[in-house]
Amino acid sequence: MTELLAVSNVRKTYPGSPPVQALAAVSLTVHAGERIAVVGPSGSGKTTLLHVAGTLERPTDGSVRIGGEEVSGLSDVELSRVRARRLGFVFQQFHLLDHLDAVQNVALSLLYRGVRVGDRRAAAIGALDRVGLGHRLSHRPAQLSGGERQRVAIARAVAGRPEVVFADEPTGNLDSAAGAEIIALLAGLADDGTAVVVVTHDQAVAAAMDRHVMMRDGLVVADDRPVPA
Amino acid sequence: MRAWDLLSGGLLALRARKLRAALSALGIAIGIAAGVAVLGISASSKANLLSELGSEANLLTVSAGQNVDGSPALLPLTAESMVRRIPPVESVTATGYVAGATVLRTALVPAVNSGGISVLAAQPSLLGTLGGSLAHGTFLNAATQRYPAVVLGAVAAQNLGIDRVQPWTQVYLDGRYFTVIGILRPVPLAPEIDEAALVGFPVANALLGLGGHPTELYLRAYPDQVQAVNSVLPFTADPPCPECVRLSTPSSILAARAKAGTALTGLFLALGGIAAGIGAVGIANIMVISVLERRQEIGLRRSLGATRWHVGAQFLVESVLLSAFGGAAGVLLGVAATAGYAVAASQPAVVPVNTVLAGLGVALGAGGLAGVYPAVKAARLAPAEALRAT
Repeated sequence: MTELLAVSNVRKTYPGSPPVQALAAVSLTVHAGERIAVVGPSGSGKTTLLHVAGTLERPTDGSVRIGGEEVSGLSDVELSRVRARRLGFVFQQFHLLDHLDAVQNVALSLLYRGVRVGDRRAAAIGALDRVGLGHRLSHRPAQLSGGERQRVAIARAVAGRPEVVFADEPTGNLDSAAGAEIIALLAGLADDGTAVVVVTHDQAVAAAMDRHVMMRDGLVVADDRPVPA
Repeated sequence: MRAWDLLSGGLLALRARKLRAALSALGIAIGIAAGVAVLGISASSKANLLSELGSEANLLTVSAGQNVDGSPALLPLTAESMVRRIPPVESVTATGYVAGATVLRTALVPAVNSGGISVLAAQPSLLGTLGGSLAHGTFLNAATQRYPAVVLGAVAAQNLGIDRVQPWTQVYLDGRYFTVIGILRPVPLAPEIDEAALVGFPVANALLGLGGHPTELYLRAYPDQVQAVNSVLPFTADPPCPECVRLSTPSSILAARAKAGTALTGLFLALGGIAAGIGAVGIANIMVISVLERRQEIGLRRSLGATRWHVGAQFLVESVLLSAFGGAAGVLLGVAATAGYAVAASQPAVVPVNTVLAGLGVALGAGGLAGVYPAVKAARLAPAEALRAT
């Protein structure tokens, strides 16, 4: 299996008095097509791990490699390029822009890759079709149900065909029926080789994933399929 | 990411908050409108004055200066015919000051209440040379200049309380009733005509003891020959005493004055500038609030691969677009105000292109300045921090 992402001995400490250590020497390796659930109590460092692995936050210490490239020393512009080309994100609050319709929201994910507007639209429509929203293309977020909004967000995350999709509590704002659809969608992404890393409290989400990484107090305390380094 | 993407993204974001965008652009619009209107109205007034003066400043006046008592000195009897013989002179007309004559509404008015109206002998060619026109009645002609007929200047008519010409309208002029046959409109080139009562030379000689001497000549020369004519005028008008002759070019003086603008224009422009400055502060304020409100959007865009530069540019473009809309609206308002004023004052409406460009330029500059701080603030926001914002 191709190694897509490797986090090794990553620490993250937030300054303050006293400083808060969110991650203490965490290592995690993600391979193509893996479905990983990161679980653990609130404050255990799950979201911080996701941000650090997703290059949204720099680690205080340790190494993050994406596609074999060490990214912890990259400039802001280079990190942005890595995010634009290799990573996708799904958030609990969807983070859709209210003044844009579904296609425009999805197309936004290709804007920063320098894709032309016509190609952006075409890819966005394709991605919305894949998440079953081909009939809701010109609807704005306010006209969509919670489940549909999250499906738009998933379409946005995958429109650029990223290698790894990170999802932070993707079902946290959804009822169980809508949540089940989202779980199925996320799990299905791995079928074509995309790695899916989901931070969740939701047992149903965790159950749909193949690998379970348990965190507590900034440490990985259990990993039911650790891949040897 | 291309310039068009930035522009269309900015437009979409502003459209999402229409009322807010309109209100924050209003400050700039008011400032620019004030500036454009002030400059437009001023330019319209100048254009009007210049069109009255004629496109070329080619009017010259010749006088013999003043006597010790302040009354105009006399030019030689031959002055007018001599000046007329200078080839580049298009037209010439003479006036003669009738010393000591008063103009009263009736014989019953005490002579001290003459209202400062002077009596001038004039020729039928006066109107053509000065570019004057009649408000009422007719001007002196070959016939009426021989009879006790008078044409009143605009101010003189006002002072006498005469606003129309009827067959029985008369004034008491130097001990005799003269029939009023016309009232002039103001003559910007020769304000002294406005305060005068004009009679014909023959009647002035016969009844008022003028003696035929002109005191002032007005002449139009070919525009490119004004200097040449100017240089020979003193010798032509009064060969024995060229140094006694006073020359002036009222049309060029007025034209220069018209072009100079007024202190009031500067004041209004400054007020417009202050309004535009306040507008810019308003835009900066609204953009800072917008950055705070849209932290999650910033976080999302960073997660999608936007660099700091992309995020900063996005807010800068929104700020510039806001003020550009304000500037465009301000220019339109200013042009409308100028047009309204010009129609009300029966003047040509003139808005210099430079004024429009300057208005838009000031607006864009103000928007750029206003957008810098919010843009930097947005660009500096760390992605994860922005996503955590609520």
